[in-house]
Amino acid sequence: MAAINLNVNGKKQTLDVDPKTPVLWVLRDHLDLVGTKFGCGMAQCGACTIHVDGNAVRSCILPVSQIENKEVVTIEGLSEAGDHPVQKAWLEHDVAQCGYCQAGQIMTAAALLKATPHPGDEEIMDAMNGNICRCATYLRIKAAIKTAAKY
Amino acid sequence: MTQSKTTINRRSFLKVSALAGGGMMLSFSWLAGCKQIPGEEILEVPGEWFELNNYIKIGNNGVVNLMSPNPEFGSNVKTSMPMILAEELDVDWKNVIVEQADFYPERFDRQFTGGSQGIRQAWKPLRTAGATARQMLINAAARQWNVPAGEITTTAGMLQHELSNKKAGYGEMASAAAGLPVPEVVTPKNVGDFTIIGKSQKNVDGKNIVTGKPLFGIDYKTDGMLIAMIVHPPFGMKIKSVDDSAARSMPGIKDIFTIVPLADDYERNGFDTTSFLELIVVVGNTTWEVMNAKKAIKAEWELMPEYTMVMQTFQGKRTVITPKGLESTDGHKERMIEMSGGKADVLRKDGNPASAFKTASKVLERTYTAPYLAHNTMEPVNCFAHVTSDKAEIYGPIQAPDFIRNTLSARLALPKEKVHIRLARMGGGFGVRAYGHHLVEAAVISQKVNAPVKLVYTREDDMTYGIYRPTYTATYKAGLDANNNLVAFQVRGGGIPEHAVHANRFPAGTVDNYLAEGWALASNITIGAFRAPRSNFIAGAEQSFLDELAELAGKDPIDFRIELLERAKNSPVGKDNDYDPDRYIGVLKLVREKSNWDQSPSNAKRGVAAYFCHNTYVAEVVDLRMDGNKPIVEKVYAAVDCGIVINPDAAINMGEGGIVDGIGNALFGELTFKNGVPDKNNFHQYRMIRQKETPKEIEVHFVKNDQDPTGLGEPLFPPVFASIANALYKATGKRYYDQPFAKHLELSPAKM
Repeated sequence: MAAINLNVNGKKQTLDVDPKTPVLWVLRDHLDLVGTKFGCGMAQCGACTIHVDGNAVRSCILPVSQIENKEVVTIEGLSEAGDHPVQKAWLEHDVAQCGYCQAGQIMTAAALLKATPHPGDEEIMDAMNGNICRCATYLRIKAAIKTAAKY
Repeated sequence: MTQSKTTINRRSFLKVSALAGGGMMLSFSWLAGCKQIPGEEILEVPGEWFELNNYIKIGNNGVVNLMSPNPEFGSNVKTSMPMILAEELDVDWKNVIVEQADFYPERFDRQFTGGSQGIRQAWKPLRTAGATARQMLINAAARQWNVPAGEITTTAGMLQHELSNKKAGYGEMASAAAGLPVPEVVTPKNVGDFTIIGKSQKNVDGKNIVTGKPLFGIDYKTDGMLIAMIVHPPFGMKIKSVDDSAARSMPGIKDIFTIVPLADDYERNGFDTTSFLELIVVVGNTTWEVMNAKKAIKAEWELMPEYTMVMQTFQGKRTVITPKGLESTDGHKERMIEMSGGKADVLRKDGNPASAFKTASKVLERTYTAPYLAHNTMEPVNCFAHVTSDKAEIYGPIQAPDFIRNTLSARLALPKEKVHIRLARMGGGFGVRAYGHHLVEAAVISQKVNAPVKLVYTREDDMTYGIYRPTYTATYKAGLDANNNLVAFQVRGGGIPEHAVHANRFPAGTVDNYLAEGWALASNITIGAFRAPRSNFIAGAEQSFLDELAELAGKDPIDFRIELLERAKNSPVGKDNDYDPDRYIGVLKLVREKSNWDQSPSNAKRGVAAYFCHNTYVAEVVDLRMDGNKPIVEKVYAAVDCGIVINPDAAINMGEGGIVDGIGNALFGELTFKNGVPDKNNFHQYRMIRQKETPKEIEVHFVKNDQDPTGLGEPLFPPVFASIANALYKATGKRYYDQPFAKHLELSPAKM
C-alpha cells in the first residue's frame, strides 16, 4: 500500500492503495466512479477509456502509480452538465443500444476531436478501431463524431 | 380497433395495496438529483401519485410515470414499450417518466426479453393497460362534470367535454380515476390515430448512458459488499483438489471455498444450464485484490464422469446425459463428417425425393458448416446478491428472471415470494443472459459468507464459461428438371448438441419432393440461445445454397426465390408451411427496388438473401469489394416486414446492429477447443467486428402495413451471413461454405 495523490475530474485527493492497482479499479471500487467500464482487462476493447493529461488511455492496465499528479478525466467529469459536444451528438444520433461500451467510445471520440477537430472518415476509423461495440453501433458512432465536430 | 376485454391482463390491474411483500418502494429522488441541461425542460416532481394500474401512475400535476416491464438489454424496450402505453393513455411523451419495473410476476406479464417477442407479445396487453387508464380518467371526468363519458375526448393528457366547454388535465382527474372500478371492456385507438407510435423517440436512458451513470449490475455497490470471483475447470473436468494457501493470505481476501451451484438431483428447466458441477470461489474486499488471489490458486482437475440430469423442457420432462471426455474441435469435425453420412431423424417428407433426384436433369449438393460462437457481451457476467435468513435480494443482468426464480428459491430454501429480483440494464444479452447461473452463484456465495456480494467474472471467465452458440453443419441437395424447375430438395442438418433444421420453413412448400432430416451429437460443452438461435446458421446455409442453385438454373436470385414463393402461394405443397409467401415476396421486391438491384454498382459486387424468423420477414443486399484479401462492405440494404414499427429510428438502429453483428460473425466469429479448453479467452484472440470493418452505409426500409408488430432484435441477423457469402462469390469467383469466411479469404491466392 502507498499514499497516491490523485486528481480525478478536478478533485484532488490522496488514496492509500496498492500502487499496482489499475486505475480502472481505483475509479470503480475506491472512488465510486463506475461510468468507466470493465470489458477485457487487457486493453483490447476500449470500454475503460479515460483521459490522462488530455490523452485517451486504457485504464484497465494502467497502474495507479502512473497517474500520480496527472489530470485524470472520466466520463463523469467530461462535462459539468452532460453537454460536451460528443455527448450531445451521441444523444442526437441516439447511438446507444445496450450502452455499456459507450462511455469508452465517447472518451476516445472526445480525445480525437481535441487533437483533430475535423477528422475525416479514415481518421475516425483509425481512432475508434480499438473500441469494440458488441451491439455494433459503429455507424452511428462515426456519424455522431462528425456531428460533434460541427458544434 | 375492436373493443378489448381487460381481463386478458387482469392481474396487471390489481392495486398495489392488495399485495404483500416483494414490492419495492418507488424512489423519485433521482429526478431531483438530475442536473439540468440548458434549454431542457425538467419535469416537476408531483406532490402525489395516483396509480391507475400496475403500469401507469399519474401525478397530481399531470406528470406520468410508466413502468417498463421487460428487462432492457439494448433492444430499447424501455422506450418502445412505454410508448405503447403512452399512445393509448393519450399523453404527451414529454410528460412521461419511464421506470424499469422489478421482476414482479404478480403484477406484470411475461417479463422476458428474448426471441424478439417483447413488443409482439406485449402489444395487446400494453394497449389495453393504456386504454383502460384513459377510460378511467374519462369516467372520472364524466362523473364530476355530470356528462356522458362517450362525449368526452382526450388529447395529450387533457380531457375535454366540448358541449359544456369543460377541460381538465389528467392530473386533476387522477385521484378520482384511481378510485373507480376498472372498466370491463375498453376501445384502443385506431392505428391511423397514433401520435406517438411510429414517431421516433430517443432512448429514455440516453442521458444516463452518455454521462456514465450507474445503470448496470456491475456498477452496483452497497455498504459492506464483498467481491466474489470464480475459478472453473475445463469442459469435461471437475475439481480434484484446491491449493489456496498462497491466495488465502493475500491482501483483502476474506474466504476461498467451493460451491455446487445446483444439486445433482435438481430437476432443471432449460435455462438452468450450469457448465461445471462445482466452482472455486474467492471472496474479498476489492475486485483487484480478488483478481490477484484468483491467479494464485492452484487447482488440480480430474475427468468428470458421464452424468445424468432430469430437465423440464418446452417439450416436457426428459433425461439429459452429459458425456464424459475432453473434447476438441478436430474431433468434433471428424464426428460431424461421420454423422453426416449416417442415420438421421426424418423431420418432414413430401413426395418421393429419392426417385425425383434420379430423374432430375441437374443435381447440386453442397455442405455448409459453422463453428461455436461466444456471445461476448461487453459487460462480463456479474450479479449482486444479498441473502439473509428470510429473503434474497438479487440485482443483475438477466433476460429471463422468471426462468430462474424457482431455481433460486429451491437452492436457497426460501419461498419464491422472498426471492426478489431487480432488473439491471444489461450490457448486452444476445441470448446468453437468459441463463441465470450467475444469479444462483451470487446468491449461494452471499448465503455462504453471510454478506452482500457482487460476483464478477473476468473476460476470460466469461468467454470460457460455455453456453455458446452450437457448432452446426447442413448438407443441401436440389434437383432441377430440364426446364430448370426445382423438382427435388433435401436438407440434412446436424450439430453439437442440436441441429438447426426448421423443416417447415421455406423452401418447404415450394417443391413436390422434399426431405428434411436432422441429427445431433451430445457434448459436455454447454450451449445456449444466441441471437436468432438455429436461424443464425441455417439461414446462411440455405440462402447461400439457393444462390448457387439459382445460378445453376440460370435465373436471377431474386426472381428465382419469388418464383418459388409464387408456387407456395398458388399451389403449396403440404399444410404446415411456416411462412406467408406474400410477405416474403414483399421484402424481396422492396429490397430489389431500394437497392436498384437490376443495376449493379460500379464499385462493388452484390449478394442477396432473405429469411423469415421470429415472426419478421427480412431481405438483405450486400455490396462489397475486395481490397486484396480484405472484403470491404460498401453498403447494405435491408427490407423488413415487422408490421407496425413502434419507434422507427430505434428500429433502424437495431437493424443496423443485427446486420453488422452478422457480418462480423460471418467473417470472423469462431471458438475452437482443445481437450476441453477454449482456444480463445479474450479479445486479443477472439476477433470481433470493429469500426474499420463496418459497412460504410446501411439502409433499413420497412414495409408499410397495419399488421400487429413483431420483433427486430434477431431477424436482421441471420440472412446477412448469406448476403455476404453470395457477394463474396461475385467478388472472388469462389463460393464460401465454411464460416468464418475471413480465414479462407486470407489463405486465398488472390493475396496482393
